[in-house]
Amino acid sequence: MTEQLTAIFGSAIVGSEVQCGDQEVLFVEPAQSREILEWLKDNEEHSYDLLLDVTAVDYGSVPGVQVVYQLWSIIHKKLLRIKCSLPENRLKIRTVVDLWSCANWLEREVFDLFGVDFVGHPDLRRILMPKNYSEGHPLRKTFPLRGKFSREKQTKIALEQDYEDYYRPEQLGALGIEPVNDAD
Amino acid sequence: MGIIDDNKRQLPVAGNSAPTFLTTKVDFVVNWARRNSLWPMPFGTACCAIEMMASAASNFDLARFGMERMSFSPRQADVLICAGRVPYKLAPVLRRTWDQMMQPKWCISMGACASSGGVFDTYSMVQGIDTIVPVDVYVPGCPPRPEGLIYGLMMIQEKIRNEALADGSLRKEDPEGAGKPEANSSEVRALTGVFGNSTQQEKVSSLAQTARPGRFKDLLG
Repeated sequence: MTEQLTAIFGSAIVGSEVQCGDQEVLFVEPAQSREILEWLKDNEEHSYDLLLDVTAVDYGSVPGVQVVYQLWSIIHKKLLRIKCSLPENRLKIRTVVDLWSCANWLEREVFDLFGVDFVGHPDLRRILMPKNYSEGHPLRKTFPLRGKFSREKQTKIALEQDYEDYYRPEQLGALGIEPVNDAD
Repeated sequence: MGIIDDNKRQLPVAGNSAPTFLTTKVDFVVNWARRNSLWPMPFGTACCAIEMMASAASNFDLARFGMERMSFSPRQADVLICAGRVPYKLAPVLRRTWDQMMQPKWCISMGACASSGGVFDTYSMVQGIDTIVPVDVYVPGCPPRPEGLIYGLMMIQEKIRNEALADGSLRKEDPEGAGKPEANSSEVRALTGVFGNSTQQEKVSSLAQTARPGRFKDLLG
């Protein structure tokens, strides 16, 4: 499969290896990650049609973030992991929400915790951290464990949240419902 | 007074059919009623809530002490039991729940996480709910056993028993403070400082500093 992909995408395939016994891992360039994922999904020979997970790792030793896609082929019963290294100064990658809609919240989570910008994502907001959180992206290795602000400032900001925002269905723009603009 | 039966007949009270009454202090009656009908508002967010449920279940049976039922509406609750860790995202919810409870009201901080943040000295965790709401009793433990929670509730009962209508110093009632944090900035700094304030990342817990052992040679003198 690696040979096939290299024939089509050339230098966008950085390498491949087998990890943890039988986990095939494919390293790709971020510029063409979307095309490669689309090809893996649509190609009948491989047909990786289920996206199990989108996550990211900050190893710390190398500045930047590695975005990880875990794929599963329902027909062929095969796992594949795609890894895509993003440099520190350019944390951008194209979204795969239009290929797998389950990627919507997963990409939001990666954005929230690592600060990766998924270009073309329909609704890229924070999902786990509070809406008014302004200390950055906490799972980066450069992020201090206790946050960047003092505890008193964190407490103050936390109590300023408008928690009812989280539960208003009309604000779930991803459902295609027009968001209501508050006049406050 | 006396007792009226279904046929509107007055039944004799034992020994004496005349109206009976007894005198007592208002403080005593009010405090007796309050402390024996404490309804808890469970604010369970983690494993402490499991112990809280065990306390309410038949083996430990909180209802023996007047906590007749868990009140899942803050409007009808007297004691807020915050059982478990509270992240900053939940802090305004905890504050709103507290504000919705009727006076008089009390608060128990159950377990290490609710009282001090516990092991979660991280970017997302409230370092002690006393920075958000006023706390009457802290129950230590990780999690505390049901006996611990029951003891904490009985301490609240003891506190209520010693209250007096004329003396408001035992219980702070501040309707104006709704929605505002319980602790001001300097108090938050003081409360969380011992765990290492986030602006001073190199500062470790004072406990860790005192526990640092000397070198073996130094110990020998």
